[in-house]
Parts: sequence; structure tokens; C-alpha cells
Amino acid sequence: MESIAKARKICHLLLRFLAFGATLSAVIVMATSHEKASVLVFQVEAKYSHTPAFKYFVIANSVVTVYGFLILFLPPESLLWRFAAATDMVFTMLLVSSISAALAIAQVGKKGNSHAAWLPICNSVPKFCNQVTGALVVGAIAVIIYMLLLLNSIHRVLDPLIFRKC
Amino acid sequence: MASRNVEKLDLSFSAVPDKPKKDWVIVYLRILAFLATASATLVMALNKQTKHFVVATIGTTPITVSITAKFQHTPAFIFFVIANGVASLHCLMMIGVDILGPQFDYKGLKPVLIPILDMMSLVLASAGDGAATFMSELGRNGNSHARWDKICDKFGSYCNRGGAALIASFIAIILLLIITVMSINKLKPKK
Repeated sequence: MESIAKARKICHLLLRFLAFGATLSAVIVMATSHEKASVLVFQVEAKYSHTPAFKYFVIANSVVTVYGFLILFLPPESLLWRFAAATDMVFTMLLVSSISAALAIAQVGKKGNSHAAWLPICNSVPKFCNQVTGALVVGAIAVIIYMLLLLNSIHRVLDPLIFRKC
Repeated sequence: MASRNVEKLDLSFSAVPDKPKKDWVIVYLRILAFLATASATLVMALNKQTKHFVVATIGTTPITVSITAKFQHTPAFIFFVIANGVASLHCLMMIGVDILGPQFDYKGLKPVLIPILDMMSLVLASAGDGAATFMSELGRNGNSHARWDKICDKFGSYCNRGGAALIASFIAIILLLIITVMSINKLKPKK
């Protein structure tokens, strides 16, 4: 009976660590995406900071990384888990909105928008595009893990005996 | 004397039988959230502007080209309309469940389903919002590094209506957040 409780604790800690790792790698991969190319006679440089959507993605994921790091150290039976459930929900929403915004702008970058006369840029800076795609994939994994963690913390708040039951 | 005792007994028996107290606050909030999401959906879905541009002049007759800005041109706005549409349908369904609900017996998984569905519609609405916000920011300011021109100086009322739909969607997200927290709170086992 105690081993199941211990297994649950380890599983929860592992999930939190995975979430922390996912958001951290999303930040790192997006922040180091940088490419210079020459199109016709122009010198084109692509960086994540040129677009406010990617900046929002980096900022949101770094905030969640710091939160994920701090919450790894919360002891499992303290009363702060109610607060942790609320902040979990807020940060999950933040992550979802940031990845949706980054996806929208990345889709314009890849396919362009013929109605607004916006040409796709992925042909000239393919390495940048691939790195941004990788960052978005890792961000999506982080979103899924955070949704699972949110359900877990709400269950933990509503039923505080979950970790003492056999 | 006896009749007075009978009267007193009658009064005590007409006390309120135990009926669960209906929570009207959450129903009002759901109605407000339904209005907000429905208006966001409608304003964005009917967003269209046509403008005529003079391209060239041959002799004295100008050649005009009419360009239309519609919400379907951008996948981000399509997602915004779909997400807010789903959220408004969810709010409508939850209003129905709250008003007609206490007639049916809630057992098993059903009480948990309401907060889970609330959370899902909240997440969907916030995703649609994020995408549409940054897309309209791109339309308003353009992006000089990628050589994407801004379109809001030509299609002013299209952009303004999109902005109004976004504001309605932000209000809807705040309301949905409050509703979600309240419905999760309802799940607490009463001591």
C-alpha cells in the first residue's frame, strides 16, 4: 500500500521534471534560432526577436520554467497545493495561448498570405524555420504535460487524502 | 385552545423541505459568458470590407480594382471563430444543464464532467484569442524584417471590428475563468 503512494509521488515528481525540461528546451531552442541569408541583393536576417509572437512564446515559456523549477521543491503534504492548483491553471492557459500565437505567425511565415501580399520567408531561411518548428513541437509537448499536471493538482486539492489512501 | 395547537402544528409542518439551494450566480455568469463569446464569434464572422483602388488611368477613365478583406483569408481568424463558436455552444449547453439539471439525478462521472468541459472550453477560447491577437498585431504594424506590409491603414474598419471581437473574447475568457473556478469549487465534498 505504501509502495503505491510512493510510486504516485515519484510519478508526479517525474512529470513535473519533464514539464520543466520541456519548457526550458522550448525557450533555448527558440532563443538560439538565428540565421542570416542573402535574398537577391538584400541581406536578410531572421531572429526570434523580430516577431512579437515569438517573443511572447519565449517570455511565457521562461516564466513557466521558473515556476516549474520552484514547484519541484514543494513538499507533497503542505497546504500550498491549493495555490499551486490555481497557478497551474493560469500557467497552462498562458502556455496554450503562447503556443497558439506562435503557431499562427509561423504558419504565415511558412505559407504566406496571398490576400495580404505577404510572401513566405521559409524558402530563404530554412534553418531558422526548422528550429522554430522544433521549438513549437517541444512547446506543444509542454502544454500537454501541463494539462495532465493541472488535472492532477485539482484532484489533489479536492481529495486531500489521495496520497494517504492505500 | 386545541385549534390553536393544531394551527401551530400546521405551521411547523409547512417548513421548507430539504431542496438543494440553486446557485444563481453561476447561471448569470454563464449567461454573460455566452453573450460575450457569441458576440465575439458573430462580429468576427461578419467582418468584411471591400475597397476600390485606382490602379491606372487610361485617358480619362480610371481602372479600379476592388479588393476584399475577409476573415476567411487568415487561418488564425478561422480558428478564432471556431473556438469562440464552440465556447458559446458550451455555455448554452451548460445554462440548459443548470436550469433543467436538478430534475435529473447526478451520479457517477457526471458532476466531474462539468468542470472538465468548462476547462476545455476555457483553454480553447484562450488559444483562439492568442492566435487572433498576434495576427491582428501583424496586420496593424506589419513586419519590416520579413517585408510584410501592414494592412490596417487601408482596411481601417475591418481592423476595428476585429479588435472589437478580440475585446469581447478577452472578457469572455475572464468570465470563463471565474466560472471554471466556481464549478471546481462546487465539487468539494461538503463537510
